[in-house]
Amino acid sequence: MSGVDRLAGGLYAAVMNLPERPMRWAQGHLRDGRLGWLFVGPNLLVFGLFSFLPIVIDVWYAVTGGTELLPGNRPFVGGENFATLLRCSDYLDANSCARDQFWYGVWNTLKFVGLQVGFMIGFSLLTALVLNRKIVGLGFFRAAFFYPVLLSPVVVALIWKWILQREGVLNAALQGMNFQGENWLLDAHWSFFWTVFVSIWAHMGFYTLILLSGLQAIPRDLYEAANMDATPPLRVFWRITLPLLMPSLFVVVVLGIIRAVQIFDEVYVLTGGGPGSATTFLVQYIYTTGFAQAVREYGLAAAASLLLAGVLLFFTLFQLRGMTKNAR
Amino acid sequence: MSRLVATAALFAAISLPAMAGEIRIACYSDGNECEATTELAKRFMAANADVKVVIDQMPYKAILESLPVQLAAGQGPDLARVTIFGPVMKYFMDLKPYIKDPGYWEKSFGAVLSWMRPDAKDKGIYGLPTQMTVTSPIVNKTLFDQAGVKLPGANASWDEWAAAVDKVAKATKTPYGMAWDRSGHRFAAAAISMGAKYFNADGTPNAVDDGFKAMASRFVKWNLDNTVEKDVWAAAGGGYRDAFEEFANGKIVMYHSGSWQLSRLQKQIGDGFEWQVVGNPCDVACSGMPGGASFVAFKDSKNPKDVGRFLDFLADTPVYSEWMAMTNNIPAHAALQKGGVAYKLSPAGNAAVQMFGANAAKLSPVAYQLQGFPYAGAMFNPTVDRLSQAISGQITLDQAYGRITSDVADALAAAAKK
Repeated sequence: MSGVDRLAGGLYAAVMNLPERPMRWAQGHLRDGRLGWLFVGPNLLVFGLFSFLPIVIDVWYAVTGGTELLPGNRPFVGGENFATLLRCSDYLDANSCARDQFWYGVWNTLKFVGLQVGFMIGFSLLTALVLNRKIVGLGFFRAAFFYPVLLSPVVVALIWKWILQREGVLNAALQGMNFQGENWLLDAHWSFFWTVFVSIWAHMGFYTLILLSGLQAIPRDLYEAANMDATPPLRVFWRITLPLLMPSLFVVVVLGIIRAVQIFDEVYVLTGGGPGSATTFLVQYIYTTGFAQAVREYGLAAAASLLLAGVLLFFTLFQLRGMTKNAR
Repeated sequence: MSRLVATAALFAAISLPAMAGEIRIACYSDGNECEATTELAKRFMAANADVKVVIDQMPYKAILESLPVQLAAGQGPDLARVTIFGPVMKYFMDLKPYIKDPGYWEKSFGAVLSWMRPDAKDKGIYGLPTQMTVTSPIVNKTLFDQAGVKLPGANASWDEWAAAVDKVAKATKTPYGMAWDRSGHRFAAAAISMGAKYFNADGTPNAVDDGFKAMASRFVKWNLDNTVEKDVWAAAGGGYRDAFEEFANGKIVMYHSGSWQLSRLQKQIGDGFEWQVVGNPCDVACSGMPGGASFVAFKDSKNPKDVGRFLDFLADTPVYSEWMAMTNNIPAHAALQKGGVAYKLSPAGNAAVQMFGANAAKLSPVAYQLQGFPYAGAMFNPTVDRLSQAISGQITLDQAYGRITSDVADALAAAAKK
């Protein structure tokens, strides 16, 4: 062993032994069970500072009013902000609500979640099933489906805006084939359709990957046994594939719902929430109310964000419960 | 992404601690204002070696959305180029103790200085106007000539202009007659011409009146019958959008914007086609809207004396005149408005400056009152949002009027809580 090696080894040992003394001290001075806090302490500090404290501040903003930014200068208004957001004569008609934009956001978000998550899981499952077979160019197709996930949401939205605008690629192609172009982003229904489509295009690669790994974890011998029994393919899917894929499918559903409820960036760049409020979602309402209005209503924005957080918390707990159940 | 980068840039720029003798300026450009100011700042620093001027250039949206947050957190710059004063007014610093001759400032910039004051009783000087703007229509004269349609006369109404541009568009197969910037300020210019007052006799705000409705109903109709390009207002939610590119690409006959576009008109269109600034259409009045950005000073500045020195340098008549020539802006300086800025413009540019000046002289007092109202933005934003909803058929015009009224009331009530 050369001198350099010995020196490097010595240094390595010294570095690795650095925690020895403080650890011995901690073990000697801290009672049983307290030592764990020492390990989770730094993480708790970061979590408290950047996650828990903002939640507390958000709650404070939600129960205070006015336009002052500094928490100490804001007058306490109790549940007034929540009451303002929830004041409606007919909850199904946003126009009957005191803050109609909030309710446009709520209903649009619900509609979006239903459509986007439903179709995305369907397409992801179908794609995963195809990619799980031995087909020509498998590597290429896997990469092609995953590629949009690597793009920034803003890039995704700009690409599609370029395609969908009045004089965009899609209309040019249609006109080239003697079809009439359409104002894709000017019509409320088309605009909503494209927000769902673009979102599915951008994210399905990620969910496909999860489902693909789930499919690959299913033991092959089950399929071989089914094959020997000449079980029809559809029956194999319903009796073997789907039940064994359920844990992955459950994760995909919950993650998909959480991501869909939070939709903002792609849609904000693609449509800006328009035409009118046709594609205004809840997070955009929060952003506009808190940061883009001439008179910024931080309290209302915070109250809306807490209501949104409630929905997300529900789905997160649902997922945790489901995962615990699956683990058992 | 660009917004995130801009916000991060603004945060980083104005979070840096100011050093002794350092002035940080948050600046956005309509054309080349920040570059021109940087040139002048170099000259100032050469003569004042103890002061360092740092100009942080950022998008307009960053000034609108991030600056108020930074100021509230006590992390703002010393100066910022601002055009909507209301949201940041409470952080303004009175420059009077720090400038050499407040009387000169009052005499030269008095008409615009009042926009930066919270009320009529206040006599503070809070900033230096970097330009005076006036909204004006700009037409594609080449298309008029090709269609064989004469430009409507000096006192033509909005209806006459709409009919004329529609005729030109049809004759030349141009997609649309007009496009308006997606802005409540631009809408107000037309609405005031149609008789909108925006305020009650006692000075309280009243966004929707008969004049407002007369313009709003026309504007929605024009959007629906393709006289006005619908995409600008209806297809884009989320705030301001200008229609300059549509005009520059020959897709519209008339563009309702303003004098701040002069640099882009010169640079981007040049002699691509013949463009011409025309008088604001006349109905009850022939008014546009005034406006303009100012370098406003903030009270958290660590170097208020240096801020005063730098602004005194820029406000000096010869320097200010040179600054206006460099940026192709109309001066807010009373003496220079009468002539004295040696612009380096094309003949079309020179004619445009003359017409902007003529339009400025016809501005209605209502337009000045509205521009000086600290919560003008609270009237402009709902106008855009609600009329866009009406154009896209989501709500009726009557519902839009009701919503604009309640949105303004809600915003003013929130602001009153402080």
